[in-house]
Amino acid sequence: MHPAKSVIFFTTASGAGYGLIVWLAMAALLNLLPLEAFFACVAFGLAFVLIIGGLLASTFHLGHPERAWRAMSQWRSSWLSREGLAAVLSFAPMGLLALYWLWPEQALLGQISGAMAWGSIIMALLTVFFTAMIYASLKTIPAWHSKMTVVGYLVLALMSGAMLMALLTMLWGYDGAGLFSIIALVFVLLGLGVKLLYWARLAGKKITSTAGSATGLADFGAVTLVESPHSTDNYLLEEMGFKIARKHAAKLRKIAVLFGFLTPILLLGLAIMLENSSLQIVLLFAGVMLGGIGLVVERWLFFAEAKHVVTLYYGEHAI
Amino acid sequence: MTSLPKNKPKKKLGLVIDLDICVGCHACAVNCKEWNAGGHSAPLTDIDPYGAKPKGVWFNRIHTFEAVHEETGRSRTVHFPKSCLHCDDAPCVTVCPTGASYKREEDGIVLVNADTCIGCKLCSWACPYGAREYDEDEGVMKKCTLCVDRIYNENLPESSRAPACVTTCPAGARHFGDLGDPSSTVSKIVAKRGGVDLMPEQGTRPVNKYLPPRLKNIDKQKDQSAPRMLTHQDDSSDGAGLLARWVDKLLS
Repeated sequence: MHPAKSVIFFTTASGAGYGLIVWLAMAALLNLLPLEAFFACVAFGLAFVLIIGGLLASTFHLGHPERAWRAMSQWRSSWLSREGLAAVLSFAPMGLLALYWLWPEQALLGQISGAMAWGSIIMALLTVFFTAMIYASLKTIPAWHSKMTVVGYLVLALMSGAMLMALLTMLWGYDGAGLFSIIALVFVLLGLGVKLLYWARLAGKKITSTAGSATGLADFGAVTLVESPHSTDNYLLEEMGFKIARKHAAKLRKIAVLFGFLTPILLLGLAIMLENSSLQIVLLFAGVMLGGIGLVVERWLFFAEAKHVVTLYYGEHAI
Repeated sequence: MTSLPKNKPKKKLGLVIDLDICVGCHACAVNCKEWNAGGHSAPLTDIDPYGAKPKGVWFNRIHTFEAVHEETGRSRTVHFPKSCLHCDDAPCVTVCPTGASYKREEDGIVLVNADTCIGCKLCSWACPYGAREYDEDEGVMKKCTLCVDRIYNENLPESSRAPACVTTCPAGARHFGDLGDPSSTVSKIVAKRGGVDLMPEQGTRPVNKYLPPRLKNIDKQKDQSAPRMLTHQDDSSDGAGLLARWVDKLLS
C-alpha cells in the first residue's frame, strides 16, 4: 500500500495525542499530579495540537476536504465514519477535563471531573480503536486483517503518550514523573513485543488469495500475468502496488526497532536510575524525539509492507 | 445510506464474461471509455493523455494471463476483461463514510454519488478487484455503472439497451442480464458452463460471473504432454516410415 504522508502523520500524531490524554485523565482520576494551570496549558495544549494537527492532516489526502463533515453520517456500517464521529465527540470530555485542570476550584467542573476523566479515557481509546479497525477490517489487505493491528495501534498510542507524559511531568519536577517514566518503559517493552509479534505473524501467514483464485483459472495450472492492460501505471498500481519498501524492509525494520523501541528503553531506563533531574529531562526528550522517528518509520512500514490482493491482477502470484 | 440494502435485491443485473471466447481486443474497454466519458460518471479524466506517461480513469481493463499446467506443461493464454462485479456483499459500499457509495435495491447496481463523495479512496482499498479508480481532476471515486444510463434509456433502440462493453464485443464474449433470475439466459449460461466467482474467499459474493475456457480434446487426454520442442531427440523410431526405421536401425 502507498504510504501517504498525511495518513502516517495523522495516525502517529493523533495516536500520541490520545495516549497523552489517557495518561492525563488517569492522573486526574488518581490525584497523581497537582492541578496547575501552566502545566495544563502545555500538556493539554500539546495533546490537542497533536490530535487536531493529525485530524487536519488526514483531510489533506481527501479529494474534497470541504465535504469531510459528511464522513460522520455512516457510523452504522463504516469504521472510518465511526472514527470521525468519535474524534469529534471526544473533544467534549477532553475539553472539559482540560478546563477542570485550569480551574479546579470551579464547583461544577469539580463535580463532573471524574466523569470527564473516564469519558476522556474511553473516547480517546475508542477513537484509536476505530482508526485501527479501518485497517484491520480490510480483508483485501491480509497483512492488516488481524487483531494484531488493533493491539498495535492501541499499545503504540499509549506508549508514545506515556513518553510525552514522562517528559512533561519531569520538566515540571512532579513526584509522579518517576511513575510515568516506569509506565512509559513498560509500554515501550509492550510495544516492542507487539511489533515483533506483528512481524512474526506476517512471516508465518497463510496465503489468502492467489492469481489462480483471482482469475478463476486455478484448475488450468499456475497463473501468470503475461500482459498488463496498459503500458503505464494507473491509479491502482500507484495506490496499491507500492514496492519500494519491500526491498529495504529488513533494514527499515531494524531502524524502527532501534529508534522506536531499543533507544527509548535505554534512555528511559537510564532516566529512571539517575537522580539528576536536568539530565533526566535531556534523556527523556531524546527518547521522545528518537522514539517519534522510530514510530514514523514503523507506520511507514505498516503501509508499505502491506500487500493488496488487487496486485494479483498485476503480476503478484500469491498474497 | 451505505449499509447494503435491507431487502436483498431480487433483480441482480450483471455481466457474464466468457473467457473461452474473449480475444483480448480491448474493444469493450474502448467503448466503455467512449460511452462513459459522456455518461453518468462523466468525465473519465485522462492525465497527460498525449504525453510520455498517460494515465486516466477506466472502468474496464483487459489483462492477459497464462496458465501452465503443472503436470502436463500445457499452457493456455487467457484474455481477461475486468470491471466492477456489482457484488452482493459489496465491501466498497459498507466502508464508505459518507453514504456516497451505494447499492441499488431495485437492480443491485453499485454506484457512487459524485456530489457527496469526499475522495477518501477507502472504497478502492476495500475492493479486491480494483474496480474503483480515483479521478484526480474531480477528486472523487469512479466506477463501472453497468451503463445505468443506457440500459433503461428509452431514447435508444431496445437492442442497444445493454452496457456499452456488451454491445460492442465483436466476439460475443460478454453477456448482460438478470443473474438473480434462475430462468434468465445469463443464469442458464452460467449453470451450463460452470461460471465462477473471482476470489470467492474474499466473501464479496460477486454478481458478475466468469465462464472458464472450455477444455479442448487435448486437455482431456491424460497422458498428453506439452508439444515437443525442436531440440527434442526421439528415443524410438515408432511411427516413422519404413525407410526411416531401416536407416535408424542401421545407424543405431
